[in-house]
Amino acid sequence: MKGSNDPVLRFLAPSFLFVALFSLYPIIESFRLSLYRMILTLPWLGQKFVGLENYQDLFGDPVALQSLLTSITFVAVTTPIEVLLGLGMALVLNESFRGRGWLRAIVLVPWAIPTVVASQMWRFIFNDRYGLFNFVLFGDATDRYWAPLAEPGLALLSIMVADIWKTSSFAALIILAGLQAIPRELYEAASIDGASAWQKFRLITLPLVKPALLLALLFRTIDALKVFDLVFVMTQGGPADTTNVLQFYGYKKSFAEGMIGYGSAIAVAVFSLSLILALVYIRLLGARLLAREQRA
Amino acid sequence: MKKITFVAGALLIGAFSLLPFLWFVATSWKSATEISAIPPVLWPSFHWEHYHTALAQHGLLGYIANSAIVAGSTTVISIVIASLAAYALARFKLQWARYYLLLVLALSMFPQIAIAGPVWRLLSEMGWLNSYHGIVVAYISLSLPFATWVLTTFFKELPYDIEEAALIDGCSRWQVLRHVVFPVAAPGVFTAAILVFIHAWNEFFFALIILTYPAVQTLPVGIALFPGEYTMPWGEIAAASTIATLPLIALTLMFQRRIVQGLSAGAVKG
Repeated sequence: MKGSNDPVLRFLAPSFLFVALFSLYPIIESFRLSLYRMILTLPWLGQKFVGLENYQDLFGDPVALQSLLTSITFVAVTTPIEVLLGLGMALVLNESFRGRGWLRAIVLVPWAIPTVVASQMWRFIFNDRYGLFNFVLFGDATDRYWAPLAEPGLALLSIMVADIWKTSSFAALIILAGLQAIPRELYEAASIDGASAWQKFRLITLPLVKPALLLALLFRTIDALKVFDLVFVMTQGGPADTTNVLQFYGYKKSFAEGMIGYGSAIAVAVFSLSLILALVYIRLLGARLLAREQRA
Repeated sequence: MKKITFVAGALLIGAFSLLPFLWFVATSWKSATEISAIPPVLWPSFHWEHYHTALAQHGLLGYIANSAIVAGSTTVISIVIASLAAYALARFKLQWARYYLLLVLALSMFPQIAIAGPVWRLLSEMGWLNSYHGIVVAYISLSLPFATWVLTTFFKELPYDIEEAALIDGCSRWQVLRHVVFPVAAPGVFTAAILVFIHAWNEFFFALIILTYPAVQTLPVGIALFPGEYTMPWGEIAAASTIATLPLIALTLMFQRRIVQGLSAGAVKG
């Protein structure tokens, strides 16, 4: 393909422009702003260079540390459950049966629903006076009803339930694609050798679906670190900051309180955390891509 | 025995996925007393007044129109831009194509807060806050990584012979893309378009910070900021939520196979 490099720039230029302007530049700008003191509500302070002061404040800020811990707890609890549930769903969806197309479409419903809608839905289910959750737990003994979204011990758990409901099906789809890539002959051969269903699952399915499981786990981890909509609608970070995840804390500082410099320091911290995860992910996927191209 | 466990599993999965949402949809058809009734009323008496209030008093139609305009333009523009890029990345043997794809993929993973402040300031300086074009350019850059990634995967799988023949016949690259690649790749392009549309329709974070005037706000912002301090208007919220979700359910039921294929192309195939 000699001479084909000519139109390359014309084909890629629009994409470059957007990536540079709205992804690369903002990340660099976040780094720069994190070294300044800038408060939108106090515009007369201007933009004052303060070096690493914002980061010193960040590491000494108990709310920020709690926020980090909340985010990590959220990721650590939800992602393994989502992948396990996803595996269960994928195993069922991988069988051939009448109505499989319908079940696959139904499983996609939680994934397709806007997160804001799912948030309001679960907020209604967890309502303290007439929520379905309370009725299931306590029947009509309304005096015992809980207010899960207002209890420090329960609010985060409620958001986790909503997240697991919303995103398990995404994990299921990725795992399903992995299951479909397993050759049927392996199972047939195992059946001839008299393997039980459990043996087939443990010795064929599990090892071969492992890359897909890992991928689903990484995807979910990166996504769970971004949780925002659920928190915004269901708890606004409360009660007592127990659901104040990093992304929400950064939003509050930057946009509700106008602390651009400090907000940027939070942004950089979140960014670094995701970068580590993204690198792990890219190592995994990058290796696959290389292998594919060498085969091609 | 195996069959019973399997059927039970399938039913459980269906109930888990569908029942919570059906409960919310049923709420939208209940009267105020039915909504707060203990024990809960399972079967609604099909009141339509919440839909009426949501449309007439809460400006639901405006939110729907804004969402349609924003998600629609985002889809069209980002699919065009991503197709161009994906074609170049898939067909010209570029040394750095792989690294560019990985960079783009990495960028798509960062939490929105990492870029939110500067994006907001940029749009503010351009005077593009509270405008369709402001939110659309933000959404295009959000959806480009995914769209480029999926489309590159699809384009790579197309046979090269037809294109080569067209090139030899004197077609330009652009003509080849328009008349040969696009028609053949249409299913893949369509799949990417559905996924970009769903993402843009559902996006909340950037809509929240960029669109502060109700006149331009999209459905997710309208639903999240539904007015009601002391008693939540659950019937209206459920009605608005049902309407906001309807197009997505329709897309999902119609294109289930494509969506599954598209999502796994973006993830597993790599």
